[in-house]
Amino acid sequence: MLRPAFLVAALAAACPAHADDADLAALRAEVKAMKADYETRIQALETRLATAEAAAKAAPPAPAPQDTASSAPSNPGAFNPEISVILQGGYAHLKDIPERRITGFLPNGKAPGSTRGFSVDDSELVLASNVDPYFRGYFNATLNDGKVGVEEAWFQTLALGQGLTLKGGRFRSGIGYQNEQHPHAWDFATNNLMYEALFGEGYGNDGLQLRWVAPTDLFTELGAEIGRGANFPGTDRNTNGVGSYALYGHIGGDVGDSHSWRGGISYLSTRAEARSSTLADFAGTDVNTAFTGDSKTWLADFVWKWAPLGNTTVHNFKFAAEAFRREESGSLDCVNGMCGTTGSLGAYQSTQYGGYAQAVYQFMPLWRAGYRYDLLNPGSQDFGLNNTKLPQTGYRPTRHSLMVDYSPSEFSRWRLQYTKNRAIEGQDENQWYVQYIFSLGTHGAHSF
Amino acid sequence: MKAFRLFAFLVAAWPAFAHAALSVFACEPEWGALATELGGTNVKVYTATTAFQDPHHIEARPSLIAQMRRADLAVCTGAELEIGWLPVLLRQAGNAAIQPGQPGYFEAAQQVALLEKPAVLDRAQGDIHAAGNPHIQTDPRNIARVAQALGARLAEIDPGHAAAYKTRLADFNTRWNAAMARWQAQAAPLRGMPIAVQHEGFPYLENWLGLKQVAVLEPKPGVAPSIGHLAEIVAHLKIAPARAVIRAAYQDPRPSEWLAEHAGIPAVMMPFTVGGSERAKDLFGLFDDSVDQLLKVAR
Repeated sequence: MLRPAFLVAALAAACPAHADDADLAALRAEVKAMKADYETRIQALETRLATAEAAAKAAPPAPAPQDTASSAPSNPGAFNPEISVILQGGYAHLKDIPERRITGFLPNGKAPGSTRGFSVDDSELVLASNVDPYFRGYFNATLNDGKVGVEEAWFQTLALGQGLTLKGGRFRSGIGYQNEQHPHAWDFATNNLMYEALFGEGYGNDGLQLRWVAPTDLFTELGAEIGRGANFPGTDRNTNGVGSYALYGHIGGDVGDSHSWRGGISYLSTRAEARSSTLADFAGTDVNTAFTGDSKTWLADFVWKWAPLGNTTVHNFKFAAEAFRREESGSLDCVNGMCGTTGSLGAYQSTQYGGYAQAVYQFMPLWRAGYRYDLLNPGSQDFGLNNTKLPQTGYRPTRHSLMVDYSPSEFSRWRLQYTKNRAIEGQDENQWYVQYIFSLGTHGAHSF
Repeated sequence: MKAFRLFAFLVAAWPAFAHAALSVFACEPEWGALATELGGTNVKVYTATTAFQDPHHIEARPSLIAQMRRADLAVCTGAELEIGWLPVLLRQAGNAAIQPGQPGYFEAAQQVALLEKPAVLDRAQGDIHAAGNPHIQTDPRNIARVAQALGARLAEIDPGHAAAYKTRLADFNTRWNAAMARWQAQAAPLRGMPIAVQHEGFPYLENWLGLKQVAVLEPKPGVAPSIGHLAEIVAHLKIAPARAVIRAAYQDPRPSEWLAEHAGIPAVMMPFTVGGSERAKDLFGLFDDSVDQLLKVAR
């Protein structure tokens, strides 16, 4: 209200007190003209507004946001490899068995799953990235107190084409089904007895792998590997050339929308030189043995998965089974106990079998239950001259495992497992496991 | 080494596969349908998933590897939708033509601007996608944009039929624009309609039709809601009512049905993609049905 009063005062001051009528009339005319001018302008604006409003009503709804390529600021870290870390550990309630050797099988020196109470398993650190348009690199290390292991470190071709992929470096062999899986991807807290007897955990090699996928509707894959062959059942040998080779083939497909399957045959040939293991002689004394010879393993694997209409969210089912036959022939040197301190060299020949079958069912979202049966057959084991010192056995190791797991998300899992372990003759063991698996970082993609 | 020779022989003797038509591997049904619209008889389309499967969670099945092996063009959504399975297929198929960066690899999400880009990337937020919401196919304007790029891509990798692709694209554009005008006219009453959704799968549909999303059933993307959480939403809907709760065909019906019963609103199963309902036989049917489903609850 102050302003008009001020204006009036200003006008009054500006207008000379003695202004005559003619001046006043001219002023009035001017104000009138200004008023008319503004009114026409306001009218014009109102019309324009009305037109615009009408146009807006008639026009199609606001278009979806246009293609605005987000111009992210340049980030020197953008080319960093995909990083993920797997944390794994838990609690195990086991019998106190100082040395766990599967009865009837030459031990591989790695006795897994023997820590009682709380423990942290190896943490896995994974780095992976495309190297360039032609190669991909992958690095997987396991870390634990005082030890770092390079589980895998390989390159893989991206652009060979024709269904061919070449992998080189240290990698998990493509034989069998479970072999390529790291422990965090297993369906149970413990390894199956077959892989434990055959490889300890899984068969890895330093070498080359060539895979070929056939251009057919039926999935057909053939693979060949050559490598150093330093791992059990072979040993590291100071030689040039190829230490071990593996061949495998897989076929697979779908039945309708709900079922899919894959099956295959694999073969692994390797050589051992003075592969040491500890056995008990007839007197029950531990003797050190060294095997030199050939080891040939055949594996058969089959996996079948079901989900209603292929939708795994609520219910899904997985069945997997594998079986093997291993032949080893050569010589076995044994020292100590009945073999004497100077040692006793005999021929060694064995043909052994085994396998496992497992079923895992997701009975409600996030919850799965599973059962696995393991069976090994020591087959024939001939120690030649040492048959009088080392006992043969007809004992068939078995294991029954039941598990329930809960996965709050894709990145976390809790598992409870009960195992009836009869892998060691004379030991009837009830095992309980509580396990957690957490995966941090990049969203991993899992194979079938 | 005998076995080695046999292996080498098998590899060499396998008959070379002769391509009659361009093989298209479509990750989702909508892109399979679009490739069929634009390619006609010049393409042979394999669709990797169905409308009843969750595109976030697909097994990298052997059959998919076999199909990827022979594909000349892979058409996928991208934006991390297929991050759990597509990389496995791409790496195991041994097909150089469809690797990311090659003309044979096409990502639909790159053709449109994505909504809901998360400001913070933290897995505590659930299964979020760093690039934004990948469910772009629920807006026909996005389909139109992807069609332009896909048509051009088909012509690029199969230049012999470039003219045919161009003609088909022009024809599709005409029919699609007419259909869009029709849907928009029909859907006028839907503007401002409040809805609840089970999964954050419909932001593009909401943006197109002007629907108002008042509640999401999943507490975090990809996390199934608990009964307690659903009860909270029922309470929330008393203050901000919704006309319906909608979900995609592949989603577990139980959460939205529970909510529908307790909040007294209809539960609507949207086809979400081609094949998701009886009427959604192709892209046109998909939107005919989607608009009709929503109109039913709007009345």
